Amino acid sequence: MNRTAAVVGVPWRRPPLITNPWLRRGLFIGVPLYLFVAFGTLEINWARVAAGMPRALEFLGALASPDFVSRGDQIIDGVLESLTMTVVATFLGFLLSVPIALGAARNLAPAPVYLFCRAIIAISRSFQEIIIAILLVAMLGFGPLAGVATLAFASIGFIAKLAAEEIEAMDPRPLEAIRATGGSWLQRVHWAVQPQVLPRVAGITLYRLDINFRESAIIGIVGAGGIGATLNTAFDRYEFDTAAAILLVIIVIVLAAEYASGWLRGRLR
Amino acid sequence: MPVRQQGERLIWQRRDRRGALLHWAWMFGFAVVLLASWQVISERTLWDFVLDAPAQGADLVSRMFPPDFAYLNALWRPLWDTINMATLGTLIALVLAVPLAFLAARNTTPRFPLVRPLALLIIVTSRSINSLIWALLLVLILGPGVLAGVIAIALRSVGFIGKLLYEAIEEIDRRPVEAITATGATAAQLRVYGVVPQVMPAFAGISVYRWDINIREATILGLVGAGGLGLELMASVNTLAWGRVATLFLLILGTVLISEWISAKLRAAVT
Repeated sequence: MNRTAAVVGVPWRRPPLITNPWLRRGLFIGVPLYLFVAFGTLEINWARVAAGMPRALEFLGALASPDFVSRGDQIIDGVLESLTMTVVATFLGFLLSVPIALGAARNLAPAPVYLFCRAIIAISRSFQEIIIAILLVAMLGFGPLAGVATLAFASIGFIAKLAAEEIEAMDPRPLEAIRATGGSWLQRVHWAVQPQVLPRVAGITLYRLDINFRESAIIGIVGAGGIGATLNTAFDRYEFDTAAAILLVIIVIVLAAEYASGWLRGRLR
Repeated sequence: MPVRQQGERLIWQRRDRRGALLHWAWMFGFAVVLLASWQVISERTLWDFVLDAPAQGADLVSRMFPPDFAYLNALWRPLWDTINMATLGTLIALVLAVPLAFLAARNTTPRFPLVRPLALLIIVTSRSINSLIWALLLVLILGPGVLAGVIAIALRSVGFIGKLLYEAIEEIDRRPVEAITATGATAAQLRVYGVVPQVMPAFAGISVYRWDINIREATILGLVGAGGLGLELMASVNTLAWGRVATLFLLILGTVLISEWISAKLRAAVT
């Protein structure tokens, strides 16, 4: 009653986005203050920015007329290297993820194994590919092998985590049925877990294949092979037309991989 | 159910003949691709160097410990730059992505040919190129520094935010929009009162999520000259100052974990 009385005759106003008035006012003052301070410390060298404008135009021109030919061999070589790195690394990542995912599933593994496997996943997820690549390049030397190792390691965190979640969410009844027949742990995994989980894990792996290709295009910047190295060289030489060609190739492959992996995942379901 | 006959008995099988053949054909094809790929990589690897990797790794670890904590004092300014790159980049991306998402969503795009495909093209291009590659390009154009990093982050985030936001717009409940149409509202009023309130929670969630990813990415943009912690990382790696590298890794890890925590809290608050 009281609420109706309070509203009658008062023009409607839009409810505020943030209901807490103190938070709302705080943001109202805090955000401009932060922006002011942040922009103040940007230290933009406007002369350098102005000097770079012709280069921006040059790059836009290069995008309109990319040069696939004069460094064609290197582009093909880089793309080939990226694709092979992606395939091998995803496969290795999958192989390594299987035991870790089984160990990281609460319904299959005892507590110490569970914690150990979850720790591996957490480490793999918290560092970015390029940071792992720096370390592995220092260990394994320049070249695609360091890239493969990087992507495989990064894939563990992704595939094993999602696969472990699938295992934890599966139907427990087949597991019990196999246990009732006297099946060993391996038999339980093979006949109860694998048929339920494998299609989804295959989907997750395909998704990771797609991500690994994207990442393979950048870890070359720190020497881990792939198209990123070619791109970095092209930029270093100010060969914008070649760089534009490489960027277009990357965009096309990324889109193709995204659609292909989406299509395959759709069929797996 | 596929079965196999053995004398008098029928034995259960997982696949029938055709299924089994198809299965093995797929496996064989995959093995060929895998081995061919491995061949390419193996040819380009100096195996002598790899055999030495355990020793190199042990050496690296021994050089990283103890981390050089005195170096932390030189890192607060790069850390501030990193946070700024991520935050300002996200804000710029938001300003650009909102109109883009409205142009790309099937139910709010203006009835004008080519607008929607063009908006989708911008979103796709921005999404396919990693922010590190954008930074590589922008450092050449704008010169090394934080500005290149801010814009690289913004260019990459526009596609991400735009895509998720236009999908959220396409999934809204049509009824409030129809109700507001029935009151005779203009197109702009329709969007402000019908669409925006429905996508606001999704919008806030997406922005915070992207901010979190951007903090992560901003820590490494300096590798190509775009300022922040990455610049210090590159300098330390190039001078083989592994104690400093270890300090940087710890700082980056801490920053990433804190931003992830903030983002998770904020997302839980809006949804």
